[in-house]
Amino acid sequence: MIRAASIETRDRRRALALAAPALAWTAAFFALPFAVMATASLWRRTDTGFDRRPSLENYADFWSQSAYVEAAVNSVEITLAVTCLSVLLAYPLAWIIAVELPERYRRIALALAVIPFWTSYVVRSYAWSLVLAKKGVLNGWLAAWGLGALDLANSRAATVIGFTHFFTMLLVLTIYASLVQLPRNLRLAAADLGASRFQTFRFVVLPLTLPGVAVGAFLTFALCIGDYVTPQILGGGNDLALPQLVMLQISRRADLPMAAALSVILMVLVTLAYLAMARWMRPR
Amino acid sequence: MKTTCSLMAILAGTTFMATGALAQELNALVWCDHTDDALIKPFEEKFGVTVNLKEYEGTGAALSLIEQSQPGDWDVLVIDGIDVPRAVSAGILAPLPTESLPYDTLFPELVMAENHVIDGQTYAISEKFGYNTISFNSSAVAADALADMTALWGAAPGSLAVYDYYLPVMGLVAMGLGLNTADLGMDDLPAIEAALMKLKDNASSVGEVVASQTAIATGEVDILVGGGEWVTAGLVSEIPELDWIIPDQGAVRWSQSIGVFADSSQPDLAVEFVKHVLSPEGQAALATSSCYWAMPANAAAGDVMTAEQKRALRWDDQAAYLAKAQLYPAPDADLDAAMQDVWTRFLAR
Repeated sequence: MIRAASIETRDRRRALALAAPALAWTAAFFALPFAVMATASLWRRTDTGFDRRPSLENYADFWSQSAYVEAAVNSVEITLAVTCLSVLLAYPLAWIIAVELPERYRRIALALAVIPFWTSYVVRSYAWSLVLAKKGVLNGWLAAWGLGALDLANSRAATVIGFTHFFTMLLVLTIYASLVQLPRNLRLAAADLGASRFQTFRFVVLPLTLPGVAVGAFLTFALCIGDYVTPQILGGGNDLALPQLVMLQISRRADLPMAAALSVILMVLVTLAYLAMARWMRPR
Repeated sequence: MKTTCSLMAILAGTTFMATGALAQELNALVWCDHTDDALIKPFEEKFGVTVNLKEYEGTGAALSLIEQSQPGDWDVLVIDGIDVPRAVSAGILAPLPTESLPYDTLFPELVMAENHVIDGQTYAISEKFGYNTISFNSSAVAADALADMTALWGAAPGSLAVYDYYLPVMGLVAMGLGLNTADLGMDDLPAIEAALMKLKDNASSVGEVVASQTAIATGEVDILVGGGEWVTAGLVSEIPELDWIIPDQGAVRWSQSIGVFADSSQPDLAVEFVKHVLSPEGQAALATSSCYWAMPANAAAGDVMTAEQKRALRWDDQAAYLAKAQLYPAPDADLDAAMQDVWTRFLAR
């Protein structure tokens, strides 16, 4: 009995020792900076520096300014639209690569899916702005086909398109990883038992690949809602998002406490998304 | 032992070289128009130093950078002319030796003693100026149509872009409403906000320097509110239809100033850099920077600039333009916060 307890203690210490580097990394590069940011969000900017007495005034200011709340709503709306669209586009693409395509072509297809990651984020956004511009590539094609021009530049639609292009490819990778791990026998067994292709997908494939979808969707949500570059370049200053508001506080007002408060709010939104995903994924 | 000694020798040598290199460096916090070799290299070669340049946009960003820096990190600061008193009250700038600076050839309007001289000491000197006004594509819009600024309130939807900087654009709109930028108060903000919202309803985009230049250069829009020679002068050789106008109500004059940090570890070298930038050659290079063109504050630069460069900057019209222009609004802290709130609502609309 005593020996069993000592083995358990030893195992626990070993596990702790093994986890220590990861814990130290998280503490140093996430927990500590977040604590500093959360503390700074309780300060106030003054003419001469900061009033460091803790107060919730920055948060009260956020709720009292409709433009600030609107920016948060814009961010959530854009992010949800991008996440849904990316999942809808990425799943069939991942399915084609993982299931329909002969194995020898999969690497090429995956490489093509990864190519957008090779270019800089800023360059990619500017490239989209040239495609979607009033006199851009897209409207050039439409005009060549005798169709009317689309007014997509400098709009929420442009932001969503730019984001979706990037995140669809990210989601393809996570969904592909789930699909290739799924034994082919499961689909064959379902077919043997009389399930149609749709029923097999609906009741066998989809539930088993949902973790990959959820992880990709959460990554998309977290990266998209915190992104400054794409809404700034493609939105044309017409759809203020929360990261742009954070930048305005830093570059225009030098109001770091308010920027910290807005960043904490951004963090809360990501946490809520994570909790929603975790609850949805919990086995029933 | 031998290896240890060798390592120590290498380390000592490296430290010596590093110390030597540090002594040869000048650190300047500048706007993007100071980074061309044409401006910097002659100074580096003359004094045998390396000039390290850090670009920033907006005084708020500069103050944040300075707050996060150690005393002595910076030697030279380029700053919005209207923000010099703010930098002086924060103890950032040191007095300049005025006797060695070219005040005799500076455009008189650019001396700006009310901004640069505090308690009898001069803390900065103007180096470049221009106008936040209306840029337009003359093949799509006639200059006469823009002579009255209020015509912009009813411009065709999607035909214009707005430069994303609240002070000059709100100042310009205020002038359009018949207000003086120097007298703006809280009571004026509702009318300015209403006019701004009309602009936003017709605006295709609101962008910073590069986005604004791109919008008008690519034909995305025909009019840029808040633009001026700083947008069109550098592009006019490639796109001759780009033009700019100062409406009947006038335009906002911007100016940038240069000064030396109070805690600079090499103030003499920093002053030499200021003198270099204010020299006719330095001024010509600064005026025609690859980032943006604008008028040099020192009129002596006209002697070394080409006729084509001066024509693009409308050198000969400056007297009339300066007479029609007003300075950026210089709000106190409360008014500034209120103006930024208006601008945030403008962006969010």
